[in-house]
Amino acid sequence: MAFLTLKGVSKEFGMFTAVRDVSLTIDKGEFVSLLGPSGCGKTTTLQMIAGLVEPTEGRISLDGRDITREKPNRRGLGVVFQSYALFPHMTVAQNVAFGLEMRRVPQAERTDRVREALVLVQLSSFADRYPRQLSGGQRQRVAIARALVIAPPVLLLDEPLSNLDAKLREEMQFELRRIQRKVGTTTIMVTHDQAEALSISDRVVVMEGGRMTQVDAPYRLYEQPSNAFISSFVGKTNLLAGTWRRNGTTNAADIGGALLEASAPEIAAGTPVTLSIRPEKILLCDAGAGRLEGRVASRFFLGSQWLFTVETPIGIMTVSTPNLGVEPAAEGSPVGLDWSPDNMRIIAGTAAAA
Amino acid sequence: MTSRSPIPSAPWLLAGPGALFFFGLVLLPLALTVILSFQAYDHSTGIQNTFTLSHYITVVTDGYYLEIFWRTLRIAALTTLICAAIGVPEAYILSRMRDPWRSVFLLVIIGPLLVSVVVRTFGWSMLLGSQGLVNQALQFVGFAPARILYTETAIVIALVHVMLPFMVIPVWTALQKLDPMVEAAAWTLGASHLTALRRVVMPQVTLGMLSGSLIVFGLSASAFAVPALLGGRRLKMAATLVYDEYLQELNWPLGATIAIIVLVANLCIMLAYNRMVEARARRTLG
Repeated sequence: MAFLTLKGVSKEFGMFTAVRDVSLTIDKGEFVSLLGPSGCGKTTTLQMIAGLVEPTEGRISLDGRDITREKPNRRGLGVVFQSYALFPHMTVAQNVAFGLEMRRVPQAERTDRVREALVLVQLSSFADRYPRQLSGGQRQRVAIARALVIAPPVLLLDEPLSNLDAKLREEMQFELRRIQRKVGTTTIMVTHDQAEALSISDRVVVMEGGRMTQVDAPYRLYEQPSNAFISSFVGKTNLLAGTWRRNGTTNAADIGGALLEASAPEIAAGTPVTLSIRPEKILLCDAGAGRLEGRVASRFFLGSQWLFTVETPIGIMTVSTPNLGVEPAAEGSPVGLDWSPDNMRIIAGTAAAA
Repeated sequence: MTSRSPIPSAPWLLAGPGALFFFGLVLLPLALTVILSFQAYDHSTGIQNTFTLSHYITVVTDGYYLEIFWRTLRIAALTTLICAAIGVPEAYILSRMRDPWRSVFLLVIIGPLLVSVVVRTFGWSMLLGSQGLVNQALQFVGFAPARILYTETAIVIALVHVMLPFMVIPVWTALQKLDPMVEAAAWTLGASHLTALRRVVMPQVTLGMLSGSLIVFGLSASAFAVPALLGGRRLKMAATLVYDEYLQELNWPLGATIAIIVLVANLCIMLAYNRMVEARARRTLG
């Protein structure tokens, strides 16, 4: 059941097209992330949904009602801004109550709902503080409470975690998901952080240069990226450019002389292709035992895992292995690389420039 | 390496020129003026070296002076009010403009400061005169010509024109510090443009408006060129009165007395206003 629909939405700023023909349907209760590098149009898309920017073309409808030209104060959507945009001259409670006050909710009910919202974000004891007396994470939670207290049909989050330090960001991710699960509000989050998008969304929309390039569940997005940009933007990957070959029953790509197996029967022999394999899908084994020979150029210890760069005849490969409690291959030592051919993805077209 | 003087000399040396300047050009003349205001004056023999309070008594009991003080206060307050009413929206619009236009309009607002007050005031006297452009326009539309020049209206109009930049710039600075998304946040929570301005934007420019009002009030209350040229001989304000006492009546002690009273009154009003508004803003903005 489509709850929020964007149909062919575009936005031009003078000669510059920020968003080009975005069509998207979001179900009730869904958590969708708009993911992309800065300047890809994701924030503009969010602002068009919020009503802060008017689309040049296309329609936006909410629950069957066309809201394309509706003023932001009539839409009633909850928005959490990147800067939080709290009212500095009001206390936490007054900030949260503002939306209810605008809706002329009676005083008694207002007090109750503000209290509930502050309990939800675990800030009950901070009701009488001013925003300047709060830490970044607390301000962020005030912003969420302020947006949620009006019981909006859709919650819009604009880079909500980008101003927090790494540890707090991780905590807030789960916090955000917990709150969203609890209230069940349809949520759209804009982010440039792929880990954030993958960990808490039901679906991820990847945007590049104002266009939507892939819409998928996080797991499928990671495993089946539709182009080279997505495969390297979402997680790490090894990209290998070569030519498609068929040798009787085996399908393989010729990468600088080495034949690497992959399954994609419908590609004609001689077609240039790009293969992609994730670092964690490659196994390190003894020299001579794998599909490819190499030498460890450098290794980095990341705590839960090791990250290797391995020099091979077809170029530098990145490999990550879990930390199993014993010291792995040293820098400079020869190793073999092995993987399951199923994990070797073929990326459509010749977009192998990266 | 080791400094032999127990008091570090650098801060004193750095503060020296400014302090000297302030002492020589502000404190000393002020002290002399205070002394002068207590000296007796005789029309035939001039300034006497005897102490007297008679000038102060004259000024506070004579209705002529009180009327001029009252007019000064009224004109300064009205000018401040009009400057705030025009300047605050102007600053808001300015802060929402995009760049080429913002620079252009900022220059338009500051521009009048680049022209001498006397020249601008003569300009107004030409516009407002009985055969000036304003009256010609009034007659063209079918109204009777109005007497504007040499009235308080003329003084207020010209003062507002002179003082507006002093209101716009502090308010604009305060708006610059405001996150533009704060206003957008108010809209998304259901506030109309007007409510968002009133409840969210205005409280945060209070301090800018306060400093603007203080500058405008202080400068208007002590303005000389505008009332001298547009008020005519009869319509005096405090500064023109002081001028007349000094240079027409040659009663320097009386002029000094008026100057001191205006200074003290101005100081009291501004400090009281400052306390009142700042206390309120402090409580919320910190």
